[in-house]
Amino acid sequence: MELLQTITLPALGSHLLVGLSRAMILFVVTSGMSLVLGVLRVPNVAHGSLYMIGAFAAFSISHLFGGGPLGFWLALILSPFVVAAVSLIAERSLFCHLYEREHLMLLLFTFALMLILGDLVKMVWGADYRSIMAPEFFRGSVTLFEAPFPRYNLFLLVVGPLVAVGLWLFSNKTRVGKIARAAAVDREMVGAIGINVSWVFAFAFVLGCFLAGLGGALVSPTVSITIGMDHDIIMDAFLIVTIGGLGNMWGAMVGSLIFGITQSFGVLFLPQFAIVFPYLEVVIILIWRPTGLLKSVW
Amino acid sequence: MLVILASLPTLLPRFYVYILAVIFVMALLAMSLNMLVGHGGLFQFHHGAFYGVGAYTAALMLTKTSLPAWMGLVAGPFAAAFVGLVIGVFCVRLNRLYFGMLQISLGSLLWAIAFRWYNVTGGDDGIHGIPLPSLIASSTGAYYCGLILLTLSLLVLYLIYKSPFGATLQAIRDNPERCEAIGIHVRHHQLMAIVIATFFAGISGVLFVVVEGSVFPDLLFWVFSLEVFIMCLLGGWFTFAGPIFGAAIIVSLRTFVGTYTEYWTLILGIMLILLIFFLPEGVWGYLLEKLGGRKHKEYR
Repeated sequence: MELLQTITLPALGSHLLVGLSRAMILFVVTSGMSLVLGVLRVPNVAHGSLYMIGAFAAFSISHLFGGGPLGFWLALILSPFVVAAVSLIAERSLFCHLYEREHLMLLLFTFALMLILGDLVKMVWGADYRSIMAPEFFRGSVTLFEAPFPRYNLFLLVVGPLVAVGLWLFSNKTRVGKIARAAAVDREMVGAIGINVSWVFAFAFVLGCFLAGLGGALVSPTVSITIGMDHDIIMDAFLIVTIGGLGNMWGAMVGSLIFGITQSFGVLFLPQFAIVFPYLEVVIILIWRPTGLLKSVW
Repeated sequence: MLVILASLPTLLPRFYVYILAVIFVMALLAMSLNMLVGHGGLFQFHHGAFYGVGAYTAALMLTKTSLPAWMGLVAGPFAAAFVGLVIGVFCVRLNRLYFGMLQISLGSLLWAIAFRWYNVTGGDDGIHGIPLPSLIASSTGAYYCGLILLTLSLLVLYLIYKSPFGATLQAIRDNPERCEAIGIHVRHHQLMAIVIATFFAGISGVLFVVVEGSVFPDLLFWVFSLEVFIMCLLGGWFTFAGPIFGAAIIVSLRTFVGTYTEYWTLILGIMLILLIFFLPEGVWGYLLEKLGGRKHKEYR
């Protein structure tokens, strides 16, 4: 009975909104992962580490500029570029020599990157918990469904769709995007007509990692930034792109929405076993549709 | 070789005996994983889950029930194989990476249950001080137990590899379409392989309980499973004994490098990258090739 009393219509509504804003963070991260999966065919285990670096970079940048609103906005804009730079170095120095190898080797290579980046972050930033404050404008909350809802989460609800539209425009309306999509389908053919596939791959990889960094920067005011963020997100991210259909951007969106919303409802209904729900969903969806909900490029 | 290994506990200090026993546990686990990945071409990403099931089954039966201890120890592998069967039925219908992802989510489900079900599994604290039969309670006893189990498992696994079933499994890895075409029931063979491999993973889980006297949810965490993957890679996917070398190298490195620096995973990562670039055949695979001990490439 106690449980039923906590479940009221406003509670459901506000949990839905919280779930949606969580889904937007997940989408920003997983859309990048999905891009890398689709174009390069690489299951990038290091994606979560880049997300973590994005969050730590956001912390450093915002502190560099005094922790005010200016610092926050600069952190949001610059830290994805820091992550992109890291990923460009990794891609050009190591990764680009491995594309011909089998998926398993690529997966283990990115796992090695995850191990290395995790320890490098510990060396640079230490193992303490960090946090940054959103600017004045985003603090506090508005009342929606008779319940307080953080303003910053409203901002997230705007950013997620913007990223989705941006990615869609990029992959469907720009030349590079079209080449990248073609390379995803048949990389030999794209190479044969005189396009430098290696740089297309590098670009897609860096863009994917940029999105991981953006996700990290976006999440930084809402969570404590710490070592272990990479482990927390990477499994979710993998499962999301899997249930959405590997390499499908809209699949990443659908998967993120499912994950975000059930996570927040899971906390409402069964707090102790909330972490079980995402896995259970993946199991059910994969048994029902063995290649994910939407079309997979794999 | 066996004589040397059997006499080691009388010669070495206790700590080294313990490390060797840990190596036995890991070697058995890595070998059972390699049966699926190297020999069967199945992306078993969450092998640690079955290891964990074996360990938890034994631990729970020893602490929570009054059944004889040996029943708990024997139940571990069977429980693991049963879970392997249930999970495998769903997984073999899927292709490659999707197989791995479904498996990893089922494994994570088990991890989440072990992690959160405080009343039964002790949650993230795990279960400690598991009462063991006096014969295997000492570190020497655990060592001999490990040695015997590992030797027996090696024999059985070797027989399986050399049997028609093993050859079929290898053929399925190399060309599943053709196998299907000549009338081999691919999924049945894969399922069978999963059940066998998870059974051995369960044995190594029980052995873990014998060696450590405790269990905790980290055994079922996906990062650990990928570390077991590294053991196979390090030794050599396509060799029979490779995973044993991989396990021995990783466990000794972790033990001895871990005491010097807190950045053990950094070193593991760098080592892994060097391996992928320079020794994709693994240490043991490379040695076999250089020494010419391998007349024809048995595994691929």
